[in-house]
Amino acid sequence: MIRNARLIDERITLKYGTGGGAMRALIEQVFAKGLGEVGEDGIGLAAMDDGAAIRIGDRYLVITTDSHVVQPIEFPGGDIGRLAVSGTVNDLAMMGATEPLALTCAVIIEDGFSRHALERIWQSIRQTCGEAGTTIVTGDTKVMGHGELDGVVLNTTGIGLTSRLVSDAGLRPGDQILVSGTMGDHGLAIMATRNELALRTTLQSDVAPVHTLVRLALDVGGESVVALKDPTRGGLSSTLHEMASKSGVGIIIDEAAVPLSEEVRAVGEILGIDPLVAANEGKAVFGVRPERAAAVLDAIRSHPLGRNAAIVGECVAERPGFVVLDTGFGSRLLAEAEGELLPRIC
Amino acid sequence: MNPDDGFGQLKFRDPTRARGLRNALHHLVRQANHAPVSVMHVCGSHEQAIAKFGLRAAFPQELQVIMGPGCPVCVTDVPEVDEAVALAKQGVRIASYGDMLRVPGTSQSLADAKAEGAKVDVVYSVTQAAELARKHDDELVFFASGFETTAVATAAVLLDDPPDNFSVLSAHKYIPPVMEIVAEMPETKIEGFLAAGHAATITGWGVFEKFVERHELPVVIAGFEPLDVLAGLVKLLEVINSGVPRVENAFPRCVTREGNIQAQKLLWRVFRPTGGRWRGIAHVPNGNLRLRDEFARYDARKRFTIDASTLWIYAPPKLVQQCQCGDIMAGIASPSDCPLFGKECTPDTPVGACMVSAEGTCKIWHQYGGRPDLRSMKRGVA
Repeated sequence: MIRNARLIDERITLKYGTGGGAMRALIEQVFAKGLGEVGEDGIGLAAMDDGAAIRIGDRYLVITTDSHVVQPIEFPGGDIGRLAVSGTVNDLAMMGATEPLALTCAVIIEDGFSRHALERIWQSIRQTCGEAGTTIVTGDTKVMGHGELDGVVLNTTGIGLTSRLVSDAGLRPGDQILVSGTMGDHGLAIMATRNELALRTTLQSDVAPVHTLVRLALDVGGESVVALKDPTRGGLSSTLHEMASKSGVGIIIDEAAVPLSEEVRAVGEILGIDPLVAANEGKAVFGVRPERAAAVLDAIRSHPLGRNAAIVGECVAERPGFVVLDTGFGSRLLAEAEGELLPRIC
Repeated sequence: MNPDDGFGQLKFRDPTRARGLRNALHHLVRQANHAPVSVMHVCGSHEQAIAKFGLRAAFPQELQVIMGPGCPVCVTDVPEVDEAVALAKQGVRIASYGDMLRVPGTSQSLADAKAEGAKVDVVYSVTQAAELARKHDDELVFFASGFETTAVATAAVLLDDPPDNFSVLSAHKYIPPVMEIVAEMPETKIEGFLAAGHAATITGWGVFEKFVERHELPVVIAGFEPLDVLAGLVKLLEVINSGVPRVENAFPRCVTREGNIQAQKLLWRVFRPTGGRWRGIAHVPNGNLRLRDEFARYDARKRFTIDASTLWIYAPPKLVQQCQCGDIMAGIASPSDCPLFGKECTPDTPVGACMVSAEGTCKIWHQYGGRPDLRSMKRGVA
């Protein structure tokens, strides 16, 4: 069940791309309508998971695809190439397929784009594929007129195999919510590069493939890991809202327990952007049965990308579909990102 | 647990001290011996702090903290928006704060004009608007909104030799006069005001003394960290219970009796107070800030002939007539009293201005889930 279901507008505006309720409504009302079934036990578009799964014998073939349009194309801590490979590898991992078999990459380039920049992006793609133990096996190239797109757009598709699918809908009251590290790093690093804000920061995107971290957690947690998602667009908040509404539970988050780097917290305060709604590109959110939560946390913390992992909350039976934030002063419902993330004016 | 806990150590965000203040608040509300005790704050930043830190869930049930007309974007009146839209459609480049773009005028907002091809830029400060004017040869009008705090920044830029193609369309507002209006509304049962710490940093707390005398209602100046808000409310309840209305300063680390005299000089050198409508509230004598005659050449209203009449041929949709923004800003109604709230009126498709601005009550309530009673939420298996 998707909360906030509403009718979409006559024109598709930017808000339909921010990963919140508006985008889910668009997928439901336009894209997912009238598509056939995916076969027994499969996961298709209507499930709105991180990818699709098709059953082949006793295993599942997991497929995921992503288009990347980040501005600036090269940003502190990464670039569009690293983002594309990491995003696709991570989406496979979030379904349980932690060994990416192969990726495809389609490139759409704006007339006049720098060859050097393109080579740097491709170098970054090669390097990130190396880190992730996978490669690009096929692709497509298009060039469009000047002004018809903003620099370069990448689309990557990935495939992987798994014997156990992890959905994002398996939570029940008492289950613990774990995050693999600090929240909001990517989103705020990108926001801070907008030069009209005249901020000088050392913020770095967290963009990285986290499939080996996820594998560690699944090896230790096994069937006790009942929900898994990467908190990309819309940040931790969107991820938790999806988990809560698909599982039919409420989630209480202890705000003080959510790991945040001091600079992300400070820049977030200055811009009026809650790091919990800002994107991450190298993190995972786990729902784990209470008896295995500590063991899974230890496993994640033993991974180099998981040192700041923490248990941040718990599922409850009350208020299914909602996420409550315990601020330490009181409590409130956690907001979901709506529309474009623009800084408050004062 | 947290990798670096610098913020947690800030003393104005100390949950232990907050618990102490919460207990004091509960005690004082009981002592008041009547329910509910209704107080009003007049600042969007106070509502932000209350919502963001989840303070409403910590307030005593018998304490009503009402948000008054504290959002400068929300009270910008339709004719003011029409002026900006008309200028934009005349081909003049307009710069304004992001929130102002979506405030509805009679038939169009600045965002609508932009979608039709008008030159409208979002800026984060008046300084940035002046810089933008330097980069362009054509005329640039800064559509200025905000209370006396923001107006000082506009004044400073106008006194610092702005470029010749730069002018200001002022929708700046002045808070003290509207408190008089709200205090006199027969429907309101306000027993005291929480005044905005940042505005008082400029005006000084002395500006409220006459108000207290006239209306016999206490005013407490409060800051914006969670402990500031709680301490301000505790002080306000103490004054209410004492039965002797007076001004108290619960934000002494920033606010003095006199305020920032240099800033006041800038403000009143450039602006003069004049009466005008605040959207949804009333005509507020001395509530609008307009440029003085000496600054006429930077005054967009004098520099251009603004003809907004073409925007008026329009029948307002029925939804607008159901909008309760006026009552909400006057503290008479809550967003949850409005039939449109969260249904026809959302941040995606705002009907009233309170749903547009980040400081609007409806937007804040919508963003933070309204005012569901979260006092009973417990962890663990139910």
